[in-house]
Amino acid sequence: MNGKKKEVRRRIPGEEFPAAGQNALAVEEPTAELLTELVAHLRENRTQLREEWARRITESQFLTAMTKEEVFKEATAVYDNYVAVLETGSVEALQAYALDLSERIIPRGVETREVLGIVLLLRDVLARSLFKKYQGDFALLNRVLDAYEPAANRIANTVAVSFVRERERIIRQQQEAIRELSTPVLQVRERLLILPIIGVIDPQRARQVTEQLLRGIRANRARVVVIDITGVPAVDATVANHLVQTVDASRLMGATVIVTGLSSEIAQTLVTIGVDLTKMKTVGDLQGGIEEAERLLGYKICSSADQGFAKMA
Amino acid sequence: MTPKDEIHVPINSDSDIVTARQQGRTMALEAGFGDTDLTVISTAISEVARNIVEHALSGEIILRIEHNGSKAGLVITARDDGPGIPDIALAMQDGYSTGKGLGLGLPGTKRLMDEFDIVSDPEIGTTVIMKKWRN
Amino acid sequence: MRVPILKQGKYLIASIQSALSDYELLQLRDDLAAQVGKYRTRGVIVDVTVLDVMDSFAVRTLRAIAQIARMRGAETIIVGIQPEVAFAMVQLGLTLGQVETALDLEEGLALLDDRTRQDGNRDAER
Ligand SMILES: Nc1ncnc2c1ncn2[C@@H]1O[C@H](COP(=O)(O)OP(=O)(O)OP(=O)(O)O)[C@@H](O)[C@H]1O
Ligand SMILES: [Mg+2]
Repeated sequence: MNGKKKEVRRRIPGEEFPAAGQNALAVEEPTAELLTELVAHLRENRTQLREEWARRITESQFLTAMTKEEVFKEATAVYDNYVAVLETGSVEALQAYALDLSERIIPRGVETREVLGIVLLLRDVLARSLFKKYQGDFALLNRVLDAYEPAANRIANTVAVSFVRERERIIRQQQEAIRELSTPVLQVRERLLILPIIGVIDPQRARQVTEQLLRGIRANRARVVVIDITGVPAVDATVANHLVQTVDASRLMGATVIVTGLSSEIAQTLVTIGVDLTKMKTVGDLQGGIEEAERLLGYKICSSADQGFAKMA
Repeated sequence: MTPKDEIHVPINSDSDIVTARQQGRTMALEAGFGDTDLTVISTAISEVARNIVEHALSGEIILRIEHNGSKAGLVITARDDGPGIPDIALAMQDGYSTGKGLGLGLPGTKRLMDEFDIVSDPEIGTTVIMKKWRN
Repeated sequence: MRVPILKQGKYLIASIQSALSDYELLQLRDDLAAQVGKYRTRGVIVDVTVLDVMDSFAVRTLRAIAQIARMRGAETIIVGIQPEVAFAMVQLGLTLGQVETALDLEEGLALLDDRTRQDGNRDAER
C-alpha cells in the first residue's frame, strides 16, 4: 500500500508531467496552440471564474473551517497557479504552493476529500466555461477538451498528493511528539532528573528512552537520575538488560542512576535468571529514590520543616 | 544517485582506521542517518578495520548505500587476505581474543548493526558484511 | 597530532583536540605515564569531548592510563563522553570498569578535589 503511494508521488514532478523545456504537451503543435488559447481565455475571465469557483465551494460545504475571505484568497492563488501550470507545463510551483497550503489548513481540520473536492470543482467550472465558449464548433470543443483534460487531471493529482503527503508528515510528527511525551525527562531540581517510565518497553522504545535521557543529562548537567519503573507492567530479562545498559551509559556521562519501583520479587527473579543487578542502585519507591538522590547531591532533608531543603556546607 | 555510491578505503595502518570511520560517517550523514546511528556506524567500522590491522595486516573497507523499497541502508564490507579465523563461533563470543584485546570487537559490532555476516577461510582471508538500516 | 597535556596544580589535564589514531592514543598513554611520575600528580583528567567514537581500543587504552596513574598514586577521571558515544559504547559492551567519569572538565575537577580531599583529610572530616 505504502509502496503504491510512493510510486504515484515519485512520478509527479518529472515523468508524468514534464517540465517546461521537454513538455510532452508542447511536442504536438496543435495541442500547444490550443493550450495557449485556453490560458488566454482563463486569464480574461479570471474574476468571474474565480468567483464562480468560490461560490461552488461554499455551496458544496467544503472548507467550512475557513472564512469566506480566506477561501477566496486561497482560491485566487490556486487559480493562478493552475493557469501557470497549463501555460508552462511545470507543476513545481503548484506543488510547492499545495504543500504550503496543506501545512496551513491541515491543523484546522480540513480533510482530504475536501481538497480533492475543490480541485475537481475547479476542473468542472473551467470545463463548463470552455464548453460555453466553444459550443458553436463541436470539433474544436472536442480538441480543446482533449488538450485540457489530461492537464487538469495532473493538476488535481498534484494537489491531492501534496496534501496527503503533508498530512502523513504531520501525523508522523505528532506520533513522535506523543512518544516523547510518554517518557518525559523531568528536572526536579538542579542536577537531578526523574524519568518515570509508563507502559510496555520494547527495544525501539528502550532505545528512544535511553537516547532522550542521555541528552537530558547533558542538557541539564544532571548528576543523579531517578528512573521510576512502577508503571512498567512486565519487567523481564530483556527490559532489565535495557535498564542495565541505560544505567551504564548514564554512568559514562558521569551521572548516577537510582532505579525505583522494582519490586523485590521481580528483583529476585531477575537475579535468578542471571541479570546482573549489582551495578544498579535500587530503592523501593520514587519518594525514597528522590531522598537518596538528594543525599547523593549533598542536600540535607529537614524532616520537621514543611518542605525545607538546605544545602550542606 | 550520487556518483560516490560506493567507496573503497584501503586499510594498511592504524591511521587508515580513522579515515575509514570518517568516510563511513560522512556517507551515513548524507544518507540521512541520525546522530546516534552515525556514532554507532563509525564505531562498528572502527572495530572491523582494526581487526584487519591487528589480525590480518592489510585489506579494505567498502562502503555502499543500499535501497530496499523505501528503506535506505548502509552496507559495510571489511575484507582482508589474512590468516582467517579458524573458529568463527568462538571468535564471536564476548571476551574471546587471541591477542591482548578485550575480545569485544566482533560480538559488540554484531550488536551495533542490524545485519552481520562473517565468512573466513585460511586460504582466502576474512570478510565481514554488515548493514544498518535507517529508521 | 600530540595531545596537549596541561599541568594545573597537582593535576594533569589532557584535552584531546581531534580524532586520534591508535598510535596517537598510545603516545598519550606514554606521555601521561611519564608526566605523572615526574610531577607527583594526584589526579589526571582526560577530556574526550571531541571524540565521536570510543571503540574497544580507545577504552582499553584509557583503562591502561588509569591503571598506570593509580600505581603512581593518581586518580584518573574521563570527562566529556557524549550521549551518542555512551550509547554506542554500552551496546558494544564496553565499560570503563573502575575508571571514574564526569560530565565535563568542570565537573571532573570538582570530583578530583573531592576525591583527593577525602584521601588527604579523612580523619579531619569525621
Ligand atoms: N580480520 C581478522 N583476521 C583474522 N582473525 C581475526 C580477524 N578479526 C578477528 N579475528 C580473530 O577473532 C578474535 C576476536 O576478535 P574481536 O574483534 O572480537 O576481539 P579482539 O580484536 O581480539 O579484541 P578487541 O576487538 O576487543 O580489541 C581475534 O582475537 C582474532 O583472533
Ligand atoms: Mg577486534
